[in-house]
Amino acid sequence: MLELHDIHTYYGNIHALKGVSLRVEKGEIVCLIGANGAGKTTTLMSISGVTPPRQGAVTFLGEDVTRCTTEKIVSRGITQVPEGRMIFPRLTVRENLLMGAYLRKDKNGIKAGEERAYELFPVLRERRSQMGGTLSGGEQQMLAIGRALMAQPALLLLDEPSLGLAPMVVENIFEIIEQINAEGVTVMLVEQNAQMALQISHRGYVLETGAVTLEGPAADLLADPKVRSAYLGLD
Amino acid sequence: MLEQQLVNGLTLGLIYALIAVGYTMVYGVIELINFAHGEVYMFGAFLCMMFLTVFGAPLIVAVLLSMVCCALMGVLLDVVAYRPLRNAPRLAALITAIGMSIFLQNLAMIIWGSRPLPFVKEALPAFFKVTALSFGDVKISWMQMTIYIVAVALMILLNLIITKTRTGTAMRALAQNRVCASLMGINVNRVIAFTFALGSGLGAMAGIMVSMFYNTMYPTMGYNAGVKAFAAAVLGGIGSVPGAMFGGVVLGIAETLGAGYVSSPYRDGVAYAIMILVIILRPSGLLGRAVTEKA
Repeated sequence: MLELHDIHTYYGNIHALKGVSLRVEKGEIVCLIGANGAGKTTTLMSISGVTPPRQGAVTFLGEDVTRCTTEKIVSRGITQVPEGRMIFPRLTVRENLLMGAYLRKDKNGIKAGEERAYELFPVLRERRSQMGGTLSGGEQQMLAIGRALMAQPALLLLDEPSLGLAPMVVENIFEIIEQINAEGVTVMLVEQNAQMALQISHRGYVLETGAVTLEGPAADLLADPKVRSAYLGLD
Repeated sequence: MLEQQLVNGLTLGLIYALIAVGYTMVYGVIELINFAHGEVYMFGAFLCMMFLTVFGAPLIVAVLLSMVCCALMGVLLDVVAYRPLRNAPRLAALITAIGMSIFLQNLAMIIWGSRPLPFVKEALPAFFKVTALSFGDVKISWMQMTIYIVAVALMILLNLIITKTRTGTAMRALAQNRVCASLMGINVNRVIAFTFALGSGLGAMAGIMVSMFYNTMYPTMGYNAGVKAFAAAVLGGIGSVPGAMFGGVVLGIAETLGAGYVSSPYRDGVAYAIMILVIILRPSGLLGRAVTEKA
């Protein structure tokens, strides 16, 4: 479904991604784990076209999207829940959700999507006229996921959904991610919380200083001695 | 006396407010002080006059055409001058804005000459001279009434566009987080262009009304009005649309009161003194939000 072929991304002169290749198959949850500064967020931003790669290719559903604008990429079916959630603080919860459906024209579909978001996250319904900035961290993460789903993505990119959240809330969020996946949305998950991420993923990639150093089925990575010591804090 | 000053101050203030929203909206989305905005206001007056005299258009048609042309001019400014500098240091865009302001002023001088021109009096409806309201010595002409009504109606309309429409919501989203707005699939450049169009259209209307009210227009008229309106936007809290509206009215009234009670040559001084006071006492402006610098 999605394939990155040897992509190189730069911030000015800083060579952030040094040839990342990976693929995501339809229906999968794939996670990308790695330490701070390994290039996980940059990988997602390169897929979304916010920091387009200078070399290499991104193909989605058989089409080259490397040079597409973010708008085009969203309209093809890739949406992202960015790191730190990036809720619009002075838009209401409802307006935040509607922004997620910005490219959709079907009024009834948008309405149904909004209902769906409230079903997934009932707390958002209660808070729908509140400003996004007044929500708690967990609620903001729910809103960010709900907002991304409003675009009816084929592929959902999630950047650190567990960041700064209480363990109970993290568990709840991960359950929802599995549920969304079960309903047919392919998920690519970036996490520092490698344990949680690998538990719900089908496959995983380990990123170190801008390159993939390890990949395989999530269960294998969970058992891998290197992963266990470096990312899971075990052994 | 006081009442008459208030009436005149309100007229001036509403016009400042119409210009100020253009500054504040553009600042809100791209953090640029568009110094050429005053020139768009000036072009509004001249283009309206041109449509009246050269093409013999009826007043309403000329006004609308002028607003549309100025809206396009605002978009052109953005596309030609500011968009290429979107990721450049902010000072580059600021200097470009000043350059565009000088360029447009001189363009107007080439087209229409540098001497003040009167508004086309014949185009104005006769009832404009009639007194609409009078209590005691205070008289409000229909022209002033028209300015009040048009300015307030446009600001209500603007508020509806910003708060109720999809593009207006996208404008606010963009102002709050540009990266995330683009991740929503919002075409950032298009929404910025729309912001320029909206502000420029309103600025044109302000220019038209001023030139009608004072029966004069000249290529440098945008400078003073632009600086005042910018002061009004800062007074209200730059980036805040209600702030710009409020700031415009406060500044207009302060200025006329200053002219009436202090001394007429000091009118600008009084206006700026108030602005400086507000900035010292409340740096975020009257209705602005205090912004903490991002680390």
